[in-house]
Amino acid sequence: MNRITQKFKEKAADEKLMSLFITAGYPDLESTVEIVLGMEENGADMIELGMPFSDPLADGPTIQYSSDIAIKKGITIDKIFEMVVEIRKKSEIPIILMGYMNPVLRYGVQEFCDKASRSGVDGLILPDIPVDEDEIIREYAEANNLPLIHLVAPNSSDIRMKLADSKSSGFVYCVSVTGVTGARDGKEVSDSVDMFIERVRENIIGNPVMVGFGIKSHEDARRIASNADGFIVGSALINTIKNSYPKPEWKQELYSLVYSLKFGN
Amino acid sequence: MQEVITKYQQPNARGYFGQYGGKFVPEILIPAVRALEEEYERASKDPSFNSQLNELLDEYVGRPTKLTFANRLTEHYGKARIYMKREDLCHTGAHKINNAIGQVLLAQRMGKKRIIAETGAGQHGVATATACAKFGLECVVYMGAEDMVRQKLNVDRMHLLGAEVRSVESGSKTLKDATNEAIRDWVTNVEDTFYIIGSVVGPHPYPMMVRNFHRVIGDETKRQIMEAEGKLPDYLIACVGGGSNAMGFFYPFIEDESVNIIGIEAAGFGVDSGKTAATLTKGTPGILHGSMSYLLHDINGQIELAHSISAGLDYPGIGPEHSHLHDTKRVDYHAVTDDEAMEAVKLLSKKEGIIPALETAHAFAWLENLMSTTTENQVVIVNCSGRGDKDMGTISENL
Repeated sequence: MNRITQKFKEKAADEKLMSLFITAGYPDLESTVEIVLGMEENGADMIELGMPFSDPLADGPTIQYSSDIAIKKGITIDKIFEMVVEIRKKSEIPIILMGYMNPVLRYGVQEFCDKASRSGVDGLILPDIPVDEDEIIREYAEANNLPLIHLVAPNSSDIRMKLADSKSSGFVYCVSVTGVTGARDGKEVSDSVDMFIERVRENIIGNPVMVGFGIKSHEDARRIASNADGFIVGSALINTIKNSYPKPEWKQELYSLVYSLKFGN
Repeated sequence: MQEVITKYQQPNARGYFGQYGGKFVPEILIPAVRALEEEYERASKDPSFNSQLNELLDEYVGRPTKLTFANRLTEHYGKARIYMKREDLCHTGAHKINNAIGQVLLAQRMGKKRIIAETGAGQHGVATATACAKFGLECVVYMGAEDMVRQKLNVDRMHLLGAEVRSVESGSKTLKDATNEAIRDWVTNVEDTFYIIGSVVGPHPYPMMVRNFHRVIGDETKRQIMEAEGKLPDYLIACVGGGSNAMGFFYPFIEDESVNIIGIEAAGFGVDSGKTAATLTKGTPGILHGSMSYLLHDINGQIELAHSISAGLDYPGIGPEHSHLHDTKRVDYHAVTDDEAMEAVKLLSKKEGIIPALETAHAFAWLENLMSTTTENQVVIVNCSGRGDKDMGTISENL
């Protein structure tokens, strides 16, 4: 069974799974494997490994910044596959690659899906591939048992939510607000999110739902994900690294945040 | 008249020109591009929309623009007769206003009060700011910090027209980054904001819609050259960055097989110099800013920095329809360097009393290669897409 599906199967009824996004190769190429394993030890249930792109148009300044740094340090798709292979030697945590289509296309879609699967990748999130365009990769992803995880947003119609559900496996990614990625004031997110998740629950019945965008604390997560199967945090982690790297305790600061996101203080 | 041999019907219902185009945008934007697609479809069939647009093009933009015979340039080369389609005479000094007016009318129909745009050279920003002033709409223009220095005059014009110009400090600080930032704004403010894209790029329906708002250039040209010469031209030449002036100029001639159509990209320092904007000449297919098209990108799929002396051509992508016309060989694409473009600025200024925009000068520069292969009974039309006042700083530095 796919590791993502397995994870949801094992989840306790009242538990919220925590998926954590970090940019591969940020803050440096050497740390990625170690911090993925460290985040797992501190409560991460799934990992989204960002594949940096020069022009990340769905991302806010935080992830743009980390992507620029990783590209400057020499990150490539092959290096990301090597990282996944290293993680797989020590861990069975589900790993999802998240990034824009152009680097995948340039790599070769078929070869990308083949190598991703063989390296131990469990799924793909491609924010610039809406369901309407996913045939560019679907055949190759399916041939390699690589789930495509689609996104829905508060302005998605019921029909599009159902479409995303039918074309996704693993889970459906619910974007809590219309906007780019980035940590926000929790209140800003929560006002309308309940109605949105309620509508998501009515329309998305074939997959678990994870909610992301704008979560930066355990309280945010509890409020925003109260009716979801779990939550996703990204920019808040990158911000913490940005503020503490390369101080000796930077990893510890990251892990403290990870622990508190999952379990509270 | 020429017999129509191949029927050209692009894009298809999914917004593809051959294998190029599509809608590669985040889910958040899908409702917006769908709504735009539907509204544009309705508007383009609505006589009142078209009459309002045509009235504005006539009375405000100053259309039809002239087709001027370039007698001294013709004499200079001593071969085919050269005409210039005078888009430089449009209000605001370039063709960009045709599209800006069209899209502002659409925004009004859709009840959107806030307009955003990206700009490179500033011509599209000025055109959008102008249309917004005329209709009393809020206008925010994203412009690369680097371009704001190169095109200060246009920044001042936009401010005077009441637009807010937001300096983009990310990436290369040029057009591609301004486009990223405009898309991020759109993602965030999608409910009340209309994004006026300035070229035949972006997700469907933009490449088709922007082409259609500019096809007036080619339609007028066809009528005017039939009046002047009694026949279709043998050659059309236009510069291509994203490719809006070229697409509008070429489109009505695509089925006329006897017309040789030439698009000129910016080679920058040279197509093999590593400092170029010649996307079709040096690029390969990829996905950027919502569509599949040729791109300048490295082996890892990271977008490369384009270079051109002309800020309006300084873009690592190109409209998807140009990619299709390139692959099908209906249009020949070539590139000219910064230096060749500067020579063309000087020649056109001295021979015809027209100081062209640096973008436009790229099209005229190709005459150096083309004219010796033509004959005296042939006709060449160059799209004079914009005037050069905005470029006087750069031109002075390079004289």
